[in-house]
Amino acid sequence: MAKKLDLRRFPGFLPLTFLCLFLLYAPLIIVMVYSFNDSNSITNWGGLSLRWYVEVFTGVESEKFKSAAINSISIAIMAAIISTSIATLAATAMLKAGNFRGKSVGFALINLPLMVPEIVTAVATLIFFSAIGFTTGYLTILVAHIVFCIPFAYLPIAARMQGIEDVYEQAAMDLYATRFQTFRLILLPLMTPGIISGFLLAFIISLDDFIITNFVKGAGIETLPTAIFGSVKQGIKPNIMAISTLLLLVSVVFVTLSYLVGRMGQNKKVTTD
Amino acid sequence: MTEIAVDVVNMTKRYGNFVALSNVSLSILDNEFFTLLGPSGCGKTTLLRAIAGFEDISEGAIKLYGEDIADLPPNKRPVNTVFQQYALFPHMDVTANVMFGLLQLGQDQATAGARAAEVLDMVQLTEFADRLPSQLSGGQQQRVALARALAPKPKVLLLDEPLSALDLKLRQAVRQELQQIQQDTGITFIFVTHDQEEALTMSDRIAVIADGEVQQVGPAREIYEAPVNKFVADFIGETNLIDVAVSDVMNGNATCTLPGGAQFTCPAAIGAVAGNGHLSVRPERVSLVKPKDGLLQGSTVRQTYLGTDMHVDVRLKDGEILTVRLQNSEGTDIPEQGALVGLNFETGAARLLVD
Repeated sequence: MAKKLDLRRFPGFLPLTFLCLFLLYAPLIIVMVYSFNDSNSITNWGGLSLRWYVEVFTGVESEKFKSAAINSISIAIMAAIISTSIATLAATAMLKAGNFRGKSVGFALINLPLMVPEIVTAVATLIFFSAIGFTTGYLTILVAHIVFCIPFAYLPIAARMQGIEDVYEQAAMDLYATRFQTFRLILLPLMTPGIISGFLLAFIISLDDFIITNFVKGAGIETLPTAIFGSVKQGIKPNIMAISTLLLLVSVVFVTLSYLVGRMGQNKKVTTD
Repeated sequence: MTEIAVDVVNMTKRYGNFVALSNVSLSILDNEFFTLLGPSGCGKTTLLRAIAGFEDISEGAIKLYGEDIADLPPNKRPVNTVFQQYALFPHMDVTANVMFGLLQLGQDQATAGARAAEVLDMVQLTEFADRLPSQLSGGQQQRVALARALAPKPKVLLLDEPLSALDLKLRQAVRQELQQIQQDTGITFIFVTHDQEEALTMSDRIAVIADGEVQQVGPAREIYEAPVNKFVADFIGETNLIDVAVSDVMNGNATCTLPGGAQFTCPAAIGAVAGNGHLSVRPERVSLVKPKDGLLQGSTVRQTYLGTDMHVDVRLKDGEILTVRLQNSEGTDIPEQGALVGLNFETGAARLLVD
């Protein structure tokens, strides 16, 4: 029997699909292909070469990119660790601590950052930092990243937690475990795939962020996205394509990992039926 | 006198306005296989969970060997539970699951490991000790759950419909095994089920629960043969309920008039009174006789073949239908469809119930 809503039978299905795929991926593919271009031009093909990758690591801008990359990665790792820890505790409270006053408000507060326009958060964060007299720099970037990564880390963790039935905790308590031991020995291991997934997602979100970072970073410190933007302002050179391709590669690897970990978790049975 | 293991005293459990258990009092004896039997939603599982510590009680007390445990959290109560869905920890192998409670009690790895091996041997799962729960069949998981709950040598073992997920053949085998383990370990078992056959075959005593109230407590035979009210008679096994006019109840015996006018005297349940009432007669205690010899007369309307038995439904003149169970053996006379028959039963086979 045919499915009721087989989209493939809709008029214009094929052209529309290709248009969407083209708009989404053509720019990425062009950047990737032209990062291997041997020419100084960003539009004329001059043969295959790795010179722009060499340029990224050894050229005049290499020092700037290197320190920006170190900032980006160190901030992403710390922001991911801290936001994942907070998100794990938040998910535990939201889903396993029963009903408490302010639960729905808490849920809204955790997820609201996803809905607030990023530029608003950026401006607000900058105003906040200057209002309390915080000097902008590495630390302000880190704090801002921790905050906006929390909802991204929260989502996969909460999704995983929702699938863990209460009866496991009851069984652990029945077998003389305290609440904390139940959390550490039962809940935490069962949640691990969700936590790893959340960590990887938070890492990527932090690594890729531009708007908020650009507002709160202050002078003299760059992350990869702001460094790339700075270079582009002086004209697009092929080395930007090379560094963008590298960044894309890191993103793809992490998103794939996150997906695989999530799937690994699903194979293990957590429900009791 | 035997010691009381679990004493539930005037216990009430409310969820908002809904009363799940109403003023329940039960005394479960030491080393007893005690069953809480009732239809789904009757409150039997709530009672079990209250003893385990997963439900707060609204009123009353729960005592474990004399000590009030109603305010203790589950991990402070020396009772263990076999959950309906087993709830084996999916990230731990069989041995780790069984050792869990022992380690939480502060035993060292070696002691806990030895005890786990001992319990796994008891449930015949030694060769599966290294498997994960997902690598076991339903029956094996059920035995791991039992082993895990038995390992800490609880004072009372609570079993929440542990057999309901197994198929029929396995269920019958596990019943005997459970009974054997209860006798071998001497641990008091409190077993929750909605399956009356399970309750009758395994239990030392049964508490029949309906609508949050205990209807009757007693050994299987007493529950089956001397039900106190209509609910118990109807829920446990099959029974015929006959409308009668009771003229007198005296010294535990009732004199009543059967449909068709025959006078009959039989034992009455405590609390039965004169007026309109119901007699309970089990189908296997009714015999088919010639119309004139019977206490009741009617015509057969249906015959159901059940293998070892045959059910004959007889419609009385007032329209009521009674069932007679005949053994399927050589020489049993099976009346023809529509034949006029008489129904007879002995005084001891009938019982006047409290409605």
